[in-house]
Amino acid sequence: MDYMLSDDLKAIRDICGEIAEKHIRPVRAALDEENRFPREIMDILARSDLFSIYIPEAYGGTGMGSLALCVATEELSRACGGVAVSYAANALGAMPILLFGSEDQKSKYLPPLAAGEKLCAFALTEPEAGSDAAGIKTRAVRDGDHYILNGTKQWITNGGEAQIYTVIAMSDPTRGARGASAFIVEEGTPGFSYGKKEDKMGIRASATRELVFEDCRVPAENLIAREGMGFMVAMKTLDNSRPGVAAQAVGIAQGALDEALAYASQRRQFGQRIDSFQGVQFMLADMATSIEAARALTYAVARMMDAGSPRFEKESAMAKVFASDVAMQVTTDAVQILGGYGYMKEYPVEKMMRDAKITQIYEGTNQIQRLVIAAALIRETAAGMR
Amino acid sequence: MKFVVAVKQVPDTAEVRIDHEKGTLIRDGVPSILNPFDTYALEEALRWRDSLGGTVTVITMGPPQAEAVLTEAISMGADEGILLTDRAFAGSDTRATSQAIAEAVRKVGAVDVVFCGKQAIDGDTAQTGPGVAASLDWPQVTFVGRVREMTEEHVICERYVENGVQVLDTRLPAVLTILKDANTPRVPSLRGKMKARTFKPVLWSAADLGLSPEETGLSGSPTRVVTTATPEARHGGEIHRGTPEELAVIMADLLLGKEARS
Repeated sequence: MDYMLSDDLKAIRDICGEIAEKHIRPVRAALDEENRFPREIMDILARSDLFSIYIPEAYGGTGMGSLALCVATEELSRACGGVAVSYAANALGAMPILLFGSEDQKSKYLPPLAAGEKLCAFALTEPEAGSDAAGIKTRAVRDGDHYILNGTKQWITNGGEAQIYTVIAMSDPTRGARGASAFIVEEGTPGFSYGKKEDKMGIRASATRELVFEDCRVPAENLIAREGMGFMVAMKTLDNSRPGVAAQAVGIAQGALDEALAYASQRRQFGQRIDSFQGVQFMLADMATSIEAARALTYAVARMMDAGSPRFEKESAMAKVFASDVAMQVTTDAVQILGGYGYMKEYPVEKMMRDAKITQIYEGTNQIQRLVIAAALIRETAAGMR
Repeated sequence: MKFVVAVKQVPDTAEVRIDHEKGTLIRDGVPSILNPFDTYALEEALRWRDSLGGTVTVITMGPPQAEAVLTEAISMGADEGILLTDRAFAGSDTRATSQAIAEAVRKVGAVDVVFCGKQAIDGDTAQTGPGVAASLDWPQVTFVGRVREMTEEHVICERYVENGVQVLDTRLPAVLTILKDANTPRVPSLRGKMKARTFKPVLWSAADLGLSPEETGLSGSPTRVVTTATPEARHGGEIHRGTPEELAVIMADLLLGKEARS
């Protein structure tokens, strides 16, 4: 489908496509096998200005917006979901600063992120607080012109690789969700260290690690927005980042369809190409149709955000839930079309199937997304908006 | 420092065929690309500009549509592009082309290094780079696999030759022709592509370069292509199987000729 992308968006897609072809596809299996963070690829993405696209021009970016980030993430995910999330997680980490940061915080932290000189990560999840983000245990206690952080963040994408972290901690546990605050914590801050490195099913090129805060003294000026706004910062951040996960899912699914189409045109059984069998044709047609629907929804939400819509939590959740379910289905079908070869590591589709699974889980499970969608529907109905 | 990269638009060799009657390339319908070897020359120039400061100017000679290779170079990070285009240039051989590029380098002025690809994939002569150096009367280092060091005064290059590596310390200005071993060309940047979209090359004609009609195009080209032919395909080797004794006999027969043994 022709989405009538602007020249800038086409340029982003072409650059990502070229990087994927030259620098990602040749190494993706090794990165997956070795659980290795793609530092060199991050440097290449930086040199091609890809970290600039989600940062406004005033802070050293190119200010291309949400759709641009989706296009880039999709094209990189088409080659490797792990590399793509290592890239996209920077936008997630920077989002609290972009949305709620002070002028000083933006001027200090955004330019090195736009240049790709530093990487960023968002730290919300804890061992006992995943979907229930209000249940976080990490404490932040004011001490003069500092906050003292204590606690552990878990499963942090880009953990140990990023230099700038946006961290949600409880500054007033008596107030529940209204007692959370958001902070910027730099690598090297005394009392801040890295813990367990995770060994994951998929997206194995990406780093997923614990962050440990032990009497970590964070300057009070690193508080994002005001005390008590942490939960709001986190929720708005996720509303803004979900289309990125949707784009990742669309890209992974597209990559799997590419492989399935190529294989089905080569593989011969019963004396003919397997893409001449209706059983295979119907699968390919359904895969392509659902990918296109997921892409259309994702781009529509991103365009809505770029146009300045004040509310898009429902639509952003819809894109994430739909696209990630499509990715799981399509990658599973791609493995099926490749048959025994699809199950082997010599072909990339089993990796794509493993990579796809996380898109149904992270940045809010698909069950949580459905709650978000339903809550919005009920609220809109009660308000007479429907 | 001031760097110039001389590039060429070539037909994609994967698609090209030869007209055996005329002895020329059939270019119709074949996509044109930036000569792949020139991308290594461009990358080398961009790297040295990035580390030493200065500018990279890309020069090509060709019809108006050759502008495309300059645009590509701009998207990769080149600062300026000059297109030498004039009907008078038509039919130029490597000598006439070298002279035109050399005049353009003179006109740019105060150039420190001219980078060229090892050769173009269409003509495969590897003459233009050396020709530019000869026309400028500058030192040249061909087949550069690695540029080790560069200052405003000199450059140290590793020249990959058949039986080893020559390390040459050359004063500047100089012309270097670059091998693919030297680097991995960068992917264009977003800002580069945005700049390339509005890029318009500087256009220079033969008159702008102070070249007379006798020095340009066919009349300035002593080369005459008499004939071109595809070399005969080499046949595969022979495989013999047997015991060591049997094979020794076969080997001796082959080496000495059957008659010699009998």
